[in-house]
Amino acid sequence: MSTVASSHDTHHEHHPTGLKRWLFTTNHKDIGTLYLWFAFIMFMTGGAMAMIIRAELFAPGMQVVDPHFFNQMTTMHGLIMVFGAVMPAFVGLANWQIPLMIGAPDMALPRMNNWSFWILPFAGTMLVSTLFMQGGGPAFGWTFYAPLSTTFAPASTDFFIFAVHLLGISSIMGAINIIATILNMRAPGMTLMKMPLFVWTWLITAFLLIAVMPVLAGVVTMMLTDRNFGTSFFDAAGGGDPVLFQHVFWFFGHPEVYIMILPAFGVVSQIIPTFARKQLFGYASMVYATAAIAFLSFIVWAHHMFTVGMPVAGELYFMYATVMIAVPTAVKVFNWTATMWKGSMTFETPMLWAIAFVFLFTIGGFTGLMLGVAPVDFQYHDTYFVVAHFHYVLVTGAVFAIIAGAYYWLPKWTGNMYDEKLSKWHFWLSVISVNVLFFPQHFLGLAGMPRRIPDYAVQFAEFNMMSSIGGFIFGLSQLLFLYIVIKSIRGGAKATDNVWEGADGLEWTVPSPAPYHTFETPPAVK
Amino acid sequence: MSAGRKINRLFSLIIATLLFIPNIAFAELKLNMTEGVTSISRDAYDLHMLVLWIVTIVGVAVFAVIIYSLIYHRKSKGAVAAQFHESTTVEVIWTIVPLVVLVLIAIPATKTLLEIEDASNPDITIKVTGWQWKWQYEYLDEGINFFSNLDAKSNEARERNSGIDVKTVEHYLLDVDKPIVIPVGKKVRFLTTANDVIHSWWVPALGMKRDAIPGYINEFWTRVDEPGVYRGQCAELCGKDHGFMPIVVKAVSDSEYQDWIKGQKLAMAEAAAGADKTWTKDDLMKRGEQVYNASCAACHQPTGAGIPGVFPGLVNSKITIGPAADHINIVVNGKAGTAMQAFGAQLNDADLAAVITYERNSWGNAASVVQPADVKAAR
Repeated sequence: MSTVASSHDTHHEHHPTGLKRWLFTTNHKDIGTLYLWFAFIMFMTGGAMAMIIRAELFAPGMQVVDPHFFNQMTTMHGLIMVFGAVMPAFVGLANWQIPLMIGAPDMALPRMNNWSFWILPFAGTMLVSTLFMQGGGPAFGWTFYAPLSTTFAPASTDFFIFAVHLLGISSIMGAINIIATILNMRAPGMTLMKMPLFVWTWLITAFLLIAVMPVLAGVVTMMLTDRNFGTSFFDAAGGGDPVLFQHVFWFFGHPEVYIMILPAFGVVSQIIPTFARKQLFGYASMVYATAAIAFLSFIVWAHHMFTVGMPVAGELYFMYATVMIAVPTAVKVFNWTATMWKGSMTFETPMLWAIAFVFLFTIGGFTGLMLGVAPVDFQYHDTYFVVAHFHYVLVTGAVFAIIAGAYYWLPKWTGNMYDEKLSKWHFWLSVISVNVLFFPQHFLGLAGMPRRIPDYAVQFAEFNMMSSIGGFIFGLSQLLFLYIVIKSIRGGAKATDNVWEGADGLEWTVPSPAPYHTFETPPAVK
Repeated sequence: MSAGRKINRLFSLIIATLLFIPNIAFAELKLNMTEGVTSISRDAYDLHMLVLWIVTIVGVAVFAVIIYSLIYHRKSKGAVAAQFHESTTVEVIWTIVPLVVLVLIAIPATKTLLEIEDASNPDITIKVTGWQWKWQYEYLDEGINFFSNLDAKSNEARERNSGIDVKTVEHYLLDVDKPIVIPVGKKVRFLTTANDVIHSWWVPALGMKRDAIPGYINEFWTRVDEPGVYRGQCAELCGKDHGFMPIVVKAVSDSEYQDWIKGQKLAMAEAAAGADKTWTKDDLMKRGEQVYNASCAACHQPTGAGIPGVFPGLVNSKITIGPAADHINIVVNGKAGTAMQAFGAQLNDADLAAVITYERNSWGNAASVVQPADVKAAR
């Protein structure tokens, strides 16, 4: 962290230095940096757990861990990656970029901004600390279905519930701040339909967060009272309903999926036009498609639950509504394609990640469509096919977009260009290994391997070994990213204000690195 | 094994794999979904292939456009950016076309779904109950009732550092001590429920997966065309040994099925007879060890040590060296609000007496012997 501090301290504005600067900061750039570093640390923590999972699954038979610990690893890996890595990383990008992109001097609610970040390290630490408690940490999957997570869960589950509450509060405050900033602090002339797409996707994401995080808080509170205060929301023996848990959870959980992917759409929609040197093909239709996806996300939740035994009318409805999402998603992919078409493309690192995003996210979208077809979902459900699907949309989707965004804006943040050669190594190692990691998992799932099992029948051995090798390479490649970022903070070729030849937008009108305070006088937007 | 040796072994495995990747016979690897042996599984397979082909064609088309563009529309080739954007016609077309494709998928999907969900007029009904971590099958028309556990060989080999090469275990993790038997050509209705947490009953060849949920009774049906042995697993995370509760379905001709039913009824009568005699301690200990390993060791561990904070240990514990009545009570009736099941419903009096005796006289414990009659009296 001190290296980051020194690079920013070269500027003339007054602010506290050292630890105090980071603890008490209300500056959107500092808080954005904090969010991004926190997310990266969590990404490596969750990644280390994935390495343990892949080491155990490297060969059939139990070698590395016991099943109880394996379940803790799958659970914590999911929770940490969703709530600790992907969501905070996008909030970090939002903090840095939204004020710069709409010509605002800072976020609308700077003190709350500080608080919403500083909740995170405590919530994250509490969550991870459960692993060291007697009985171990949560071992019921990141979806924590009752009654496995209530009557049958370890004592540490109450700490998990508190951690989820804190993470939820942080997310809601972050979302309020983003909405308040976008709706009130745009520079004169920056009408809604002139906003960069990253800002649009975040505005819609923030509304999703405010709508569903309280639902998550509700469901964990019901768990808490079931566990400690004698209620029976989810306990059939007391007149409760275990399936109710799943309905409430997925009413949060499905929009949550889009919370993690809409800002990724935004990042990619900034990068592709820049390096194609061509305007985004259909700006308005991209905005409408984002809004349509957000709306649909509220009415498709039970497609995660086709096997719970819903009435056939319910299954039909959720199938039809789910496959409808393919339409606005296809519109987005067609738009990116049409933007590249007849452009004048160059392939700097951010563009490479963005193109990989378009290809690989589309594959994840295809398997999503397949999973939406209820009568076949009875075969796919809870197998490695699902694991492959959601890692294609979350790793090669969300995470790739975050990395693309980091490379794209890094010169603006640090004032230095990153090492183009090393970053290309980072890209190619990642994009090849991630496919070796996740593509064979489609085959495993179709051949009948259930997810969340610590050991498997021997016919699944070859693809698991392949997947593990891909996983180890992918994990190690991310250390290269850390090195590249630190190198760029410490020095390197000086970045111009515009950084990229085809870059367009207010963030490129300020110096590189962006001064501590920007747009104290609003810019004029035509 | 030390951590260093573990890493060594892992490393040599990685090297070995890299060397042998070209030699892996990919033809033997299963890449696609099974077609299965029921009309449902074949319909599901057909739908799977239909959607797979549609997305493959769309994918190839879109990716071809992008790749063409990546090759020819690059600045280094002197491409100058065209500045076209926004075209209502194009955008309406690429919204309508996917919609039409979706309708083409939805029509057969609806038909198949309606067929799958029609479990009316079955020939046989079997109730399936999920337990941590085994399946209970009740043939409701015949009064047959039994539990199906992971078979002993797999169970031994799956222990960490068991020293057994799992590749030498036949049907590793996919074999049970007692499979369910169904006749071919008959409509069999399954009713699923669970005793503790949610499980999910899945046999890929039957094309059906259905959750077993405490407090719920779900139904699905199957009609198997070909005699054979079909294997599956629990598909919903249900705790520590979720990966170790397989399912084996044996589909046989109707006459074989009738013979099996008769044999089961006979065996049940014999087992009931064992409850009336007085056993020697040695016999109880021997039988108790088998029962313990099948029903208790998953939680309390083969050493009786349990897992601190999750599953209590049995060595020198208040229950195992205390009064026999308390011990019998907790094994027969379970402990509400915990993972301790009521084994009175699962085991007969002789098995219960044997396993209680075993727990009271193993791992250094030295307490009283319990006879089947004691268990019977306590029920």
